[in-house]
Amino acid sequence: MSLESPVLDIDPLIDDPKTRIVVCCGSGGVGKTTTAAALGVRAAERGRKAVVLTIDPARRLAQSMGLTELDNTPRKVAGIDESAGGELHAMMLDMKRTFDEVVLQHTDQERARAILDNPFYQSLSAGFAGTQEYMAMEKLGQLRALDAWDLIIVDTPPSRSALDFLDAPKRLGSFLDGRFIRLLMAPAKVGGRAGVKFLNVGMSMMTGTLSKVMGAHLLRDVQTFVAAMDSMFGGFRSRADATYKLLQANGTAFLVVAAPERDALREASYFVERLAAEDMPLAGLVLNRVHGSGAAQLTAERALAAAEALDDLSEPEDPDYPDDADDADDPDTADAAGTADADPVAGNPSTPRLTGEFDESAENLQSVGIVDQPGGKAGLRTADGGEGTPSTDSADTSSPESPTGSPAFPAPAQEGDAGRSTNPDPLDADRLAAGMLRLHAERMQLVARERRTRDRFVSVHPDVPMVDVAALPGDVHDLEGLRAIGERLAQGQPTAA
Amino acid sequence: MTGKGGTGKTTVAAALALALAAEGRRTLLAEVEGRQGIAQLFETEALPYEERKIAVAPGGGEVHALAIDAEQALLDYLDMFYKLGRAGRALKKLGAIDFATTVAPGLRDVLLTGKVCEAVRRKDRAGWRSYDAVVLDAPPTGRITRFLNVNDEVAGLARFGPIHNQAQAVMRVMKSPETAVHLVTLLEEMPVQETMDGVEELRAAGLPTGAVIINMVRPVVMDGAAVASARDGQRTAIAKALSQAGLGGARRGGLAERLVDPLLAQAHEHAERVALERAQREELGSLGLPAYELELMGDGVDLGGLYRLAENLRKQGLGVA
Repeated sequence: MSLESPVLDIDPLIDDPKTRIVVCCGSGGVGKTTTAAALGVRAAERGRKAVVLTIDPARRLAQSMGLTELDNTPRKVAGIDESAGGELHAMMLDMKRTFDEVVLQHTDQERARAILDNPFYQSLSAGFAGTQEYMAMEKLGQLRALDAWDLIIVDTPPSRSALDFLDAPKRLGSFLDGRFIRLLMAPAKVGGRAGVKFLNVGMSMMTGTLSKVMGAHLLRDVQTFVAAMDSMFGGFRSRADATYKLLQANGTAFLVVAAPERDALREASYFVERLAAEDMPLAGLVLNRVHGSGAAQLTAERALAAAEALDDLSEPEDPDYPDDADDADDPDTADAAGTADADPVAGNPSTPRLTGEFDESAENLQSVGIVDQPGGKAGLRTADGGEGTPSTDSADTSSPESPTGSPAFPAPAQEGDAGRSTNPDPLDADRLAAGMLRLHAERMQLVARERRTRDRFVSVHPDVPMVDVAALPGDVHDLEGLRAIGERLAQGQPTAA
Repeated sequence: MTGKGGTGKTTVAAALALALAAEGRRTLLAEVEGRQGIAQLFETEALPYEERKIAVAPGGGEVHALAIDAEQALLDYLDMFYKLGRAGRALKKLGAIDFATTVAPGLRDVLLTGKVCEAVRRKDRAGWRSYDAVVLDAPPTGRITRFLNVNDEVAGLARFGPIHNQAQAVMRVMKSPETAVHLVTLLEEMPVQETMDGVEELRAAGLPTGAVIINMVRPVVMDGAAVASARDGQRTAIAKALSQAGLGGARRGGLAERLVDPLLAQAHEHAERVALERAQREELGSLGLPAYELELMGDGVDLGGLYRLAENLRKQGLGVA
């Protein structure tokens, strides 16, 4: 039993002309960028004029969209099916350049120079953590203002908390309002306005302290920087506010991206709550890399038991055990006969092997009998120790398994019996089948685990629409792969609108 | 300890701290990203900005833990170096602390690395190092060089004065042979690529690279050749084997026969992954760094699993002092 949540319908979301911005957010490593790119491809091929703003795409994913360099302007993606009237552009964010552009745009040439040359600015813009968030939001605002696209899909930076980009505009706002910034600017202004000096003995004491802590020349650099920035603060602020409002607006949809893992879903959960608190419109949760199985009717437990049974069949061929098999000779011949009586299957495999490949030694015949016991390995090992033990051993180990094992055995075993003689390499097939069963058991355990994690999320957020995206074995690095992801996002619907 | 998001760097960092604490040693495990990942792993309440014992290692060692908070670290720093108790609080009121730790995030990294170095260099009254080893659960690979190197940048900005000296001191520790930056990765394309890039950046910055730790390694059950042989010409035999194992009839339409295709599909995916992993492992090998492998713990890592990982690291020789 698993919990159901409303289904997140991707196509109506990206088709709706009222949807102007889709923000993909979530913790690192959950396939955010791939999701954003896949949505872009799908939206474009369904007729939207879309642009994907990526922050830090994996190299090959970037190449798949023709993004070979950071040039901070959207480039048209080649290879998109434009028959529905749409197109796709993509760009990678260049933080420093975005920052520079903002500076140049908001102040006169001379001040801009002063800012751009300031060492404090240079290291700030070159990408101290956090700048990325401001600049991503800045770029989003710019793209939206250009109004050249009818759908903007944004990938958010791989933040420490995944939420930094939400805080960025506000933080900037509160910082600009802060008294500290005025304090920093005070000395720079004092030169011009002598009167201010008197008002602020306390403040100059504070700057004294700052100068002591930071070193006078660093303080001076910061002050010059802040003073030079002063002229553009107004612009900065209103832009930050505007971007924040834009995120709350009707045309925006947030997609929280996660993988069915504990940590990723915990972050997703936090994000969902945070978006609600900020009045940001959440469209739903994209759950990436969900595993399923085409053979879900076979449980992990049965698959493992069956694999063990098959191991037992192939064990004599295992190079690790030839001596054991040899030693086990006497006690186990009797034992094999005994088991054959108790379990109708046990005798069967040895027969075809007699007529098949294993003609060269009696050992094989006998050990085939031995390993038919469910506790075959243990039986063989104890056979080394002393006579008599194996039979009790095997009786012990086989009995608990017989309730599940035995009833299913007889009928198929007879079928197998008939087929064995024509089988080119039965042992190999046994091993392969055992391997496949083990993989299946592993898969089913993974499926169950993912299910539990997912259910936990759904219990807490039953109203959040969700779409599961099946896992791919490898990474995506071409448009074809992105289309495939897009199809999975749309629950298997082909691209055509 | 660094690694791409999702590779389990916090877990591996914790395991290494445990391994290094074995046989009566004392280690500090520090985190800087405010995520309280350590507390979750060790199943304790959230860590304050205070070093506290969090686990006992086999043989009587101790792991202490610390969640470093930039704001606290700044106040600490101001207090320690300038006796600015009161003025520090005034700065906080003014928004200066907020400025320093968030709006100018570079300073945040300076404070975080500064605190780590303080713990590394700290000595007790008898003159012994307080900790035998400090393990830092650092920011992800994409940011690690900038994070560790931030003091170099700051030392360049503040060309003299107290900040300059402090930054220089931190860089001396970071670049000394006492430091090693370990990189956690999975055998997947993106984490491996990030590891390759990360190592290149670290080397370019003159920061000492340690080992590559391949986390969540899954056993190879079948390779491509095996799957191909299963697929081509052995379907019937496999159906029979499944049937033999008690999973229903092998005839066309029988229960066992119907399992063959989905099982083969899963085996094929597995083999594809095995091949990918092989290529990734080879690529990592070209780095010329020592590599360690930790097996996947299916149900996630609980406290017991953490100790097993630590033991595993020790067996492989990492975390043995």
